[in-house]
Amino acid sequence: MIILGIECTAHTFGCGIADDNGNILANVYSEYIPAKGGIHPREAARHHSNVAPKILKDSLKQSKVSISEISGIAISLGPGLGPCLRTGATIARALAIYFNKPLIPINHCVAHIEIAKLMCNAKDPLVVYVSGGNTIIAAYAEGKYRIFGETLDIALGNCLDVFAREAGLPHPGGPRIEKLALKGKKFIPLPYVVKGQDMSFSGLLTAAIRKLREGFSLEDLCYSLQEVAFSMVCEVAERALAHTMKKELILTGGVAANKRLQKMLKDVAKEHGAKFGVVPKEYARDNGAMIAWTGVLAFKSGITIPVENSLIKPRWRLDSIEVPWVESNYEIN
Amino acid sequence: MKLIKKGAEAYLYLDDWYGIKVIRKVRISKQYRVKIFDNYLRKSRTLNEAKLLFSAKSIGVPVPAVFDVDVTNSTIIMEFIPGVLLRDYLPQASNKELRQLFEVIGKYVGLLHSNGIFHGDLTTSNMILCNGKPFLIDFGLGGFSKEIEHLGVDIHLMLRALESTHYKVINECFSAFIKGYSQVFNKYNLVLRKVKEIRLRGRYVIERRVKK
Repeated sequence: MIILGIECTAHTFGCGIADDNGNILANVYSEYIPAKGGIHPREAARHHSNVAPKILKDSLKQSKVSISEISGIAISLGPGLGPCLRTGATIARALAIYFNKPLIPINHCVAHIEIAKLMCNAKDPLVVYVSGGNTIIAAYAEGKYRIFGETLDIALGNCLDVFAREAGLPHPGGPRIEKLALKGKKFIPLPYVVKGQDMSFSGLLTAAIRKLREGFSLEDLCYSLQEVAFSMVCEVAERALAHTMKKELILTGGVAANKRLQKMLKDVAKEHGAKFGVVPKEYARDNGAMIAWTGVLAFKSGITIPVENSLIKPRWRLDSIEVPWVESNYEIN
Repeated sequence: MKLIKKGAEAYLYLDDWYGIKVIRKVRISKQYRVKIFDNYLRKSRTLNEAKLLFSAKSIGVPVPAVFDVDVTNSTIIMEFIPGVLLRDYLPQASNKELRQLFEVIGKYVGLLHSNGIFHGDLTTSNMILCNGKPFLIDFGLGGFSKEIEHLGVDIHLMLRALESTHYKVINECFSAFIKGYSQVFNKYNLVLRKVKEIRLRGRYVIERRVKK
């Protein structure tokens, strides 16, 4: 079985191809980079429709399979930005109708988790998923991925990106902050907000920007911002790990590339005797391969959607989705 | 001194303190945090927790009594509450028992709130059932406030904990909780309205799109 997956929830349009042995046969993507400011949904959607034909062709070429060998089209129907989701869904529906293939609805967050498990060879992990759009700590329990902590407002990656933009750093902001943080020497106290198992980054961002305008050193601020924000993620992850007693901890999403965060979470895992894994960069960021691979799993469980029902779901929560393909020994107390 | 629990934040030791069986709660240094920040966080939470435990005890909410505090070493010496974590007990509890328990817990939380105390981490892992009576523990994330926002977050967290860990019995537990809570705290309506608002702030909440 070979599945074509299409990712288009935010800044990335990607096509991936996966088979049911867990081989990723192709992973091609293009990212919309705004000339200034953040992602403009309409402009991102325009970018996606412009690059789609080429990305699709390239992915087929890379995989060396023809469209006739494809068993189904998997599409990320949400969560994400409406115009982007609509563009991707339109392409997927057209392919499904024209080539008479089943359409498989995939949740973007589930896909991040599934590709993470595949890449790290993990069976039943606690997943720390941190990106520009999401900050979720989740693990499987009885049919669904349950959320054991998330952001109450903006995502971790969003917090870093906006701070970078305010500081006049060029795109992408996260890696620049990471570099500058290495030169930071003085720790500047910033608001640390953990409410139960949830985190809040908006106050931290505002405070960091204010300090920047007050003339504090950018290097020190990058350092402190990272330390405080990552400590919040680590604390919540650590408590989730203690609570669920999972023996694997996996880091994924765009911010997973950050070496400092990797180191901190590795320490957390070590303390609780859990195996630690980081998803390789090209599969940690938004990509089509993760949609394809999750499409394989879903299709095997008989999950498809008629084209006329394949509405996009911009607010599709991770913990609302049944994942019948996950086999786990985890028993909730 | 015997290590009995390695929590995410602190180690709990069973100890003898002038002939009394006590829990020595030590907030441990985290390697992943920078030193200066780690020290600040551990000390402030230790002091905070001790103050909150004392205040909760003085208004009649069952919590461990505080015997001694050593802020420098991030240590609290408190009463040992023998029993079982509510989290572990719930799966075998009957629906009737659940309703009784959560009504009592609702009353305790209502009592805390009407006295300007919020717990900050209301989960079933932070409740011990001792001779049929629930005790609240772990006030490290709590605080003193009468702001409806803070109290609302408390109730929101309770609900979240039920959703992620006790999803099969959530309706039983939460309705009983609210029953007890509303009997004790006269501003319960304001808080419950705030809880709705807090939930709508979350990510990907469908209801947010529905116009009032």
